[in-house]
Amino acid sequence: MLRDVSLTVEPQGFVAIVGPSGSGKTTLLGLLAGLERPTVGSVRLAGTDLNALTEDQRARFRAEFVGFVFQTFQLIPTLTALENVLVPIELRRLHEPSFDGAEPERRALDLLDRVGLADRTHHYPTQLSGGEQQRVALARAFANAPKILFADEPTGNLDAATGHTVIDLLEALNGEAETTLVLVTHDPELAARARRVVRLSEGRLVPDTVRIGR
Amino acid sequence: MKIPYVVRLALRELRASRRRVGVYMGSITLGVAALVSINSFRVNVASSIHGQSRMLLGADLELRARQPFPSPVRAVIDSVAREGTPVSEITSLASMALALRSGLTRLVDIRAVRGRYPFYGAIETLLQTGHNTLVDSTVLIQLDVTVGDTLAIGESRFVVIGALTRVPGEMGLRAAIGPRVYIPARYLDETGLLRFGSRARYATLLAMEDQHRDAFLERHRELLRSHSVRIDTATEREEDLTQSLSLLARYLGLVGLIALLLGGIGVASAVHVFVKGKLDTIAVFRCLGATQRTMFTVYLLQAVLLGFIGAAVGVALGAGVQTFLPTLFADFLPLEVGRALEWRSALAGLGIGVWVAVIFALHPLLTVRNVPPLKALRSEYERHRRRDFPSYLTYVALFASIAWLSSWQAPNRSIGLGFTAAVIVTTLVLWGVAFLAAQTIRRMVPRSAPFSLRQGVSNLFRPHNQTVAVTLAVGFGVFLLATLYVVQWNLLQRLRITSYPERPNLFLFDIQRDQRTGVETLLRERGLPILDITPIVTARLADVKGRTVDELRRDTTEDRSRWPLTREYRNTYRDTLVASEELVAGTWWSDRPRAPPSRRADEAYSLPRISVEEDIAQELRVGVGDRITWNVQGRLIETVVASIRRVDWARFETNFFVVFEPGILEDAPQSFVTLTRADDARVRAEVQRDIIMQNPNIAALDLTLVQDTMDRVLGSVALAIRFMALFSLLSGAFVLVGAIATSQFQRMRESALLKTLGARSWLITQILVTEYFTLGTLAAFTGVSLATVAGWALTRYFFELTFRLPTLSLVGVWLLAAALTTTIGMLGSREVVRKAPLVVLRDMGE
Repeated sequence: MLRDVSLTVEPQGFVAIVGPSGSGKTTLLGLLAGLERPTVGSVRLAGTDLNALTEDQRARFRAEFVGFVFQTFQLIPTLTALENVLVPIELRRLHEPSFDGAEPERRALDLLDRVGLADRTHHYPTQLSGGEQQRVALARAFANAPKILFADEPTGNLDAATGHTVIDLLEALNGEAETTLVLVTHDPELAARARRVVRLSEGRLVPDTVRIGR
Repeated sequence: MKIPYVVRLALRELRASRRRVGVYMGSITLGVAALVSINSFRVNVASSIHGQSRMLLGADLELRARQPFPSPVRAVIDSVAREGTPVSEITSLASMALALRSGLTRLVDIRAVRGRYPFYGAIETLLQTGHNTLVDSTVLIQLDVTVGDTLAIGESRFVVIGALTRVPGEMGLRAAIGPRVYIPARYLDETGLLRFGSRARYATLLAMEDQHRDAFLERHRELLRSHSVRIDTATEREEDLTQSLSLLARYLGLVGLIALLLGGIGVASAVHVFVKGKLDTIAVFRCLGATQRTMFTVYLLQAVLLGFIGAAVGVALGAGVQTFLPTLFADFLPLEVGRALEWRSALAGLGIGVWVAVIFALHPLLTVRNVPPLKALRSEYERHRRRDFPSYLTYVALFASIAWLSSWQAPNRSIGLGFTAAVIVTTLVLWGVAFLAAQTIRRMVPRSAPFSLRQGVSNLFRPHNQTVAVTLAVGFGVFLLATLYVVQWNLLQRLRITSYPERPNLFLFDIQRDQRTGVETLLRERGLPILDITPIVTARLADVKGRTVDELRRDTTEDRSRWPLTREYRNTYRDTLVASEELVAGTWWSDRPRAPPSRRADEAYSLPRISVEEDIAQELRVGVGDRITWNVQGRLIETVVASIRRVDWARFETNFFVVFEPGILEDAPQSFVTLTRADDARVRAEVQRDIIMQNPNIAALDLTLVQDTMDRVLGSVALAIRFMALFSLLSGAFVLVGAIATSQFQRMRESALLKTLGARSWLITQILVTEYFTLGTLAAFTGVSLATVAGWALTRYFFELTFRLPTLSLVGVWLLAAALTTTIGMLGSREVVRKAPLVVLRDMGE
């Protein structure tokens, strides 16, 4: 799937991974986020070698350091918007009972307010539009103040205007939280907003497109 | 108190899925209800019996014998009576009762009572004065009499002064077999029924304190035994009754347990489908940092919670059902039984319900551990499911649980384990048959078949289908009910006289030598054939193979039953074998004439010869050539066993343990049984009436009455089993409802797509009907075919009867099950047909 890929992402960077279908974008994202282990090579995230961690340790690592935004939003259909945002905080507290989760609900409500959904907190995903669902997903992604945020085609399922709104929000929240952002996209316009674009083709990095200044 | 997050998460998750999974947990409900009700009933029966133990016997001690008590026994009884112990006597015998007004007759159980019987209980004083009688309420109906009418019993007349609805200590069913007619003992002689050959039973009842009773028994037990007097105490009666009813309830509980296990299959199937639908959600949780254990715990907690709710509803339902059981089982109950819910049974039911729900959910829940987080990014991502150690462990836990539950419910552990094995084998066979039948149906539908047929059948094989689970669950219920039906049908078929036009249907017993001609003339006058006249000579064993009966009884080194040694034998003599007999050893007398007494070398064959039935020969441990000495009413006759016969006791003919060769017993005191046949019920009734009028001691047995009795007895037994088996069928139906509910989503989408592509509602209906009808047919076919095999095996090997297949009825069962499945399916799918496609697709687009 992926071959000879060597990639370093700096803290607080904004990297877009682009490439045609089947080029290995999602695989790369999965490896970077520790969702999968590479057959050869290693992935270090925030100073930790992910290969050395067990499934459960990686889960704990994700709860502590990683946020996600998915193309299909992936909200938990059985939970309300507020409960969805609370999930990462609650999970982190399961791993670290000492985690300062003071007033998690306050934080979740603030985040929902920040994405413009203060009045939709008790709605279930099915009661929200696509754009609203993705905004809830954004709030959830930032709930734990992750060090790194992975976004997989976050606007792929949205119309252009809604997509713009979501990306604006994503950038803004990213800036506020000083999070590193790794984004997989097909959309050249979206990729253009990244500080760095990594292009993949047939599982390899295309060298001449590595950096774009901003 | 702060509820842990996993619990809160489990509760939140449940909110949306409770409708879909809840219906499955309902299948646990029925099983729990069945177990709680039957077990609570069992405890209630035991405590009712315990509370009323003295009433069961009507006394503290009962002494019984088949002949009047000999003087030494009489002397003992008289002496305790003189000391002030209340004594009561009952002489019972089967005889005819003739209702003077209606002219109807019936064989009844006459009980002539002397003294204040019962000492405990309710029917006392009414009999103290006059020619009065108390009769079972069935007598009122069968003889068409009311209180105040007169019954002719023997040569005497009695006025019916009341009807009995229940005699303490006797099962209600007893009234169907031999309805009881109580008369004052002082008029028994007047009836003239106590003649030679009448099979009277003598009982003396005593009321005495436990201590007094024990001392009495200690002193006289040996004497009583030596005179073949049987002893029964209230305590023993209590133990016997508790044990036999508890046995009945425990067996019925096993039938109920099947319902619970089927519910378990429903749970496994539901959780399997449920988890499949949750894979994406689980993957997202895993992405967000949830561990495998967290997710497994969340879903396990849901199973526990739903199991608890299902079981709790089951307990409530069981509480309701068990108030109804004493009525349902009235025929078996010797006394009034409490209807309160017994809390230990309720708690056990609750615990078992939760346990079964969890243990069946465990294996499909293991999938939760293996959901990779990457699935959130790639929905098509499926990690290969490996069978690991925990997965095998769940199977072990499942089978161990079934074995434990069965042993707990069964009368003993080996029956429990046998039941477990039977359930597992039946499940596997049902599964196999269901699988093969499904594959066959799939192949049988040709490409040229109508679209609706092809689509309907192929729906059974859609991904995540539960065809086999539903077939198994519905099929098991059908299997239980159909097996019961097949066996009952075969047993009753055996008695249908209409199926044997040449066989007798009216038996006349106790015809004395001087009455024989009169009876024969009467029958001939009515144009009825005399199919057989059999002499009966009563006798007791004196010695067997040179050892006296007393010696044999005292010999404790041999483990043998006492009854064949002490019973009164009703023997006959004849020169041929009859249709229900078959020689298995030795020779029949006509094949080998008796040697003259002068030939010492063949000494054995110079003795009178007898033929012994094989089972009793085994009990007596005698074979061809062994000698038996009989006490034929005071005269000793030494005989030799010339042959051993196998007897088909199920044939309604006069069958005997021992047949003498002709020329030995002709002059002994004897009575006769005459067999005739009258097809017209009116003629039968008139003949009986006229014979009884002339010869009140003669007992007539109308085979249609026996048939009705057997119908009633088998009906009562079958009703009890069927009632419990019904829970299984309902559980199966619940699994079906659950399967429809969980796959509703898929069906909606498929139908919406078809409608979008131009299908009309009618086509969708056709497809759905095909799907459910095929499913029902499959389940019923599986159940009915297995029931045929099981019914055959039971009829042939357990009841030892020739097996006949009730084809038409089984086809009926099959169609009924298919129709029910289709109806339930269509009722559950109304939305699918009705909803507009756009609405469905939009709803599902999220």
